[in-house]
This record gives sequence, C-alpha cells and structure tokens, in this order.
Amino acid sequence: MHARTEAGSVALSETTPSWPEEIFALLQRFDVRQVPYVPDAGHSQLIERVLGAPSMRAVPLTTEEEGVAMLAGAWAGGQRGVLLMQSSGVGNCVNMLSLTQIFRFPFLTLVTMRGEWGEFNPWQVPMGSSTAGVFELSGIKVLRASHPSEVREVVEAGAGQAYNACTPTAVLLSQRLIGAKVFTK
Amino acid sequence: MSKANLLERRGVVAGLLAERKDAIVVGGLGASTYDIAAAGDHDRNFYLWGAMGGAVMIGLGMALAQPKLPVVVITGDGEMLMGMGSLATVGLQKPGNLTIVVLDNEVYGETGGQASHTAGTADLVGVARACGIADARSLATMTEIEAFARSMHDIASGPRFASIKIDSANLERVLSSRDGQFTVTRIRGALGFGPI
Repeated sequence: MHARTEAGSVALSETTPSWPEEIFALLQRFDVRQVPYVPDAGHSQLIERVLGAPSMRAVPLTTEEEGVAMLAGAWAGGQRGVLLMQSSGVGNCVNMLSLTQIFRFPFLTLVTMRGEWGEFNPWQVPMGSSTAGVFELSGIKVLRASHPSEVREVVEAGAGQAYNACTPTAVLLSQRLIGAKVFTK
Repeated sequence: MSKANLLERRGVVAGLLAERKDAIVVGGLGASTYDIAAAGDHDRNFYLWGAMGGAVMIGLGMALAQPKLPVVVITGDGEMLMGMGSLATVGLQKPGNLTIVVLDNEVYGETGGQASHTAGTADLVGVARACGIADARSLATMTEIEAFARSMHDIASGPRFASIKIDSANLERVLSSRDGQFTVTRIRGALGFGPI
C-alpha cells in the first residue's frame, strides 16, 4: 500500500506520461467532447486537463445521475462523452443507467475507487464493495486498472468497446492505483 | 378535477410548438410526452417514458452538442422536482439555446393525483433563478406563451425557464413511440448522423 500522492506521480520516471495524462490523450483521440463529472481527488489531474482543453466541455454535476442523462442527450446530438466519478457516485446513478439499455448509446464512465485497498473511512466501504456488482446488474461491462502501467490499455479497450460497439462500459481505477486517502499523519 | 382560469396543457404545448421549425423537443415522462405527441409526431421529438429527473440533463447534453439548434425541454413539476439539481448545472453552463418549460399541475397525475411540492411551498421559478438561470418566469396566458414560443428560437439569449400553471385534469393519453433506440436513431438521422 502506498499513500495517496499527486495522482499519477507514483513510481513513474520523468519521461513517462502519468496515467491521467494517458487517459486524457485517449479521450482526445476518441473525439470525446462532453465530460460531465463529480469531482474526486483521483480524477483531479484529468479534470484539470479537460477544463483546459478547447475541444472538450467539462461539466460539473450536482449528482452523478445527471451525467448519465447528459451523455444520452450528447449522443443523440452527435457527440461522445465520458462520465468521471467516484465509486460512491455509482449508487446515485442506478435508475438513470436504464438509459444505456433503452438507447444503446456509447456510455463510458471512469470510476475512481474508494472503500478498498487500505481505506481509512468505513463509510466508503459499502458502496465501494458493490460498485462492480451494481454496474453488472445494470448491464454495464466492467473493466479495472490497478497499476499505472495498465491504465492506458484498459481505458483504450473500454473506450473502444463503448464507442465502437455501443457497449456500455465502466472502467474502475483501483484505489491501489490512486493511493489510499490519508486522513492522519 | 379542474380549476377555473388555468390553462389547458394540450393547448399550451400546441402553442409552444406551432412554429417549432428546427427545434429539438425533449418530453419528460408521463403527460408531457403525451402532450408533445398530441401536438404532432416529429423526427426531432425526444420522448421519455422513464428516467425521471433526467429530462433537463438530456436537453443540456443535446444543447451543448447542437449549439445552433433550439432545444426545448417540456416536463412536469414532479419530474422537475426530481432533477432540481440539474437547474444548477444548467445555470453554470448557460447554454443559450436551451429552454426549459415546466407544465405545473401541482400533482403527480400519472399515479393518482397526489399533491406535489409545488402545490405547497416549492417555487420552481425561484429555484431556477437562484440557480443562475436569469430568464426565469411564470407564464399565465396564451399571449405570453406565444411570445415565449418565439423567444425559444433566439439561441443566444438562453437558457430560459418558464413555469406554466395548468389544469390538473387527466386527458386521454396520446402515446408516442416508447422505443428509445428508434427515437434516438431518428433524431440522429434528422441531424445527419448515421448508425454505428
């Protein structure tokens, strides 16, 4: 277990792009235009990059289910999007996830995990433990990345099947990857 | 049950959509979708039969994707109450081409007419304005509705929000397609986007 540091700075050489940077490059390559999000520390670097990207619209939400509906509207209007959230937000989405089956639209979400791998806060554990199950029950394919070296290929596979095959997909970014949040020194 | 002096919902929606031109129209689940269907099926109608609380956000995603087209969300008070946070999200993004209309009959008409919060203390116009939607108003006459319908085509001056108190009578359902893939594929086709 390592402590949470600046996302992506763990165990990478100066010449290797950080994993949030690799995700950002992939989203650009897949022509993702709308990026609704509820902030999470693990997504902070990616959110900063999206906010600074002229081709992308970063949209802060009041609750994660808004993002599911928004991406359905985006698709109907001809744009791709991705929803960024934390594992606890997945529970807020449940009924709205129906839209992925009703519209069969290219739904992609990147979920930073809490409630696992050295978690300090017990309140994160129940939803973190059921995150993958909730997605699977909702008909959404689940992929997971736990090490910096695999983030690029896992997100690339997820984006590929979401956007090319209209297969709704969630990529879970493990707490092991992000680092457990430190509450006490 | 009917109250005197309240507008009739089908006439309101027909008035809003009479000169819709190239507008995309999103209908919240239940009676709002029936009203839009009653005004005439259209390949730019986005009918919802579920996803309660999501109508405004579907409209926002569409409005951001198609900034040159007017996007009009027509929904009920119960559906709007469930997605009230989305007014804050819209207020922050300020899409000029997005219009939100709430047909407020103060009841959950599809489920037996139970009173909604707007029958008591909730003021959706106040909520919309407080969320940063500066053009938020109540409409009470067909003259006001006709003027508002014209303003929906000004894609530079939104977002705008209107609440219209309507008669709570349950009208005969006019059923749109409830096949979401058909609906979305048809809208995408109308906008020039093919299947994958």
